[in-house]
Amino acid sequence: MFGLANPDRFMRVTRPLVGPLWVIAAVLLAVGTVWAFRVPEDALQGDTVRILFIHVPAASLGLAVYASLGLSCLFYLIFRHSLADAAARAAVLPGAAFTGLALITGALWGQPMWGTWWVWDARLTSMLVLFLLYIAYAVLRGAFDDEGRGARAASVLGLVGLINLPIVKFSVDWWNTLHQPASLLRAGGTSLDPAYLWPLLTMMAAYLALFLAVWLTAIRTEVVRRRVLALKSRRAREGAHG
Amino acid sequence: MVDLDMGSYAAFVWPAWVVTVGVLVAVVARCLTQALRWKRELDRLEGDNQ
Repeated sequence: MFGLANPDRFMRVTRPLVGPLWVIAAVLLAVGTVWAFRVPEDALQGDTVRILFIHVPAASLGLAVYASLGLSCLFYLIFRHSLADAAARAAVLPGAAFTGLALITGALWGQPMWGTWWVWDARLTSMLVLFLLYIAYAVLRGAFDDEGRGARAASVLGLVGLINLPIVKFSVDWWNTLHQPASLLRAGGTSLDPAYLWPLLTMMAAYLALFLAVWLTAIRTEVVRRRVLALKSRRAREGAHG
Repeated sequence: MVDLDMGSYAAFVWPAWVVTVGVLVAVVARCLTQALRWKRELDRLEGDNQ
């Protein structure tokens, strides 16, 4: 794994992975979407059950992507390796998008089922905090003229933000929340009917493949961007020395 | 058979899916346009070097 820390090797190893990941994501998204509209209406939720297939994967990926961001920040702070910083930076946009989508689709499910768009319960509030952490990381990175200083400051924030992940995950167990307890990953197995479980797992796999495709592409872009900046900087120095 | 009749929940189900598709397409578009932009810039600079 540490061999991948070399940017040239990383580019060489990941090059054949990126294309297939995009194809896998597109196929799984298409299959999952059609499947989501083929399942029967839920006896209690009616057709709003179809929001489940986009809400649960978005929330799960919002958490998983932040874990990737936080660990990348940790590696960057320990080893000061540019690729770890690139990985953290590349995770921000998809992570914020997934978390934002979880909040929006959750509100669109909550209004007809709970009778409210939003409540300040522990699960919803900790998800909002997660979204704000992504935004804060991006803002902090851009707040410094020196990219290195911005990366270090944002990495500290990214690392500290990891504390929020178990709070989101276990909020429904630790506090009395309007949000229902875990139905997919829980002790004693899932409580979901197989008719909903399989299309949901397909959509989760689709979101995961999409994230990996976006993440790898964005890390590779960051490597290229740094090469461009290094080349420009070298030319500017050569120009200054005549 | 695909069921597209969301009945009284249409005002909640369709916006959720439309927003999801819109955001995911925007993320993918930004990712790919940035990749293309920096690749072109690198090719141009490396071309100037030769």
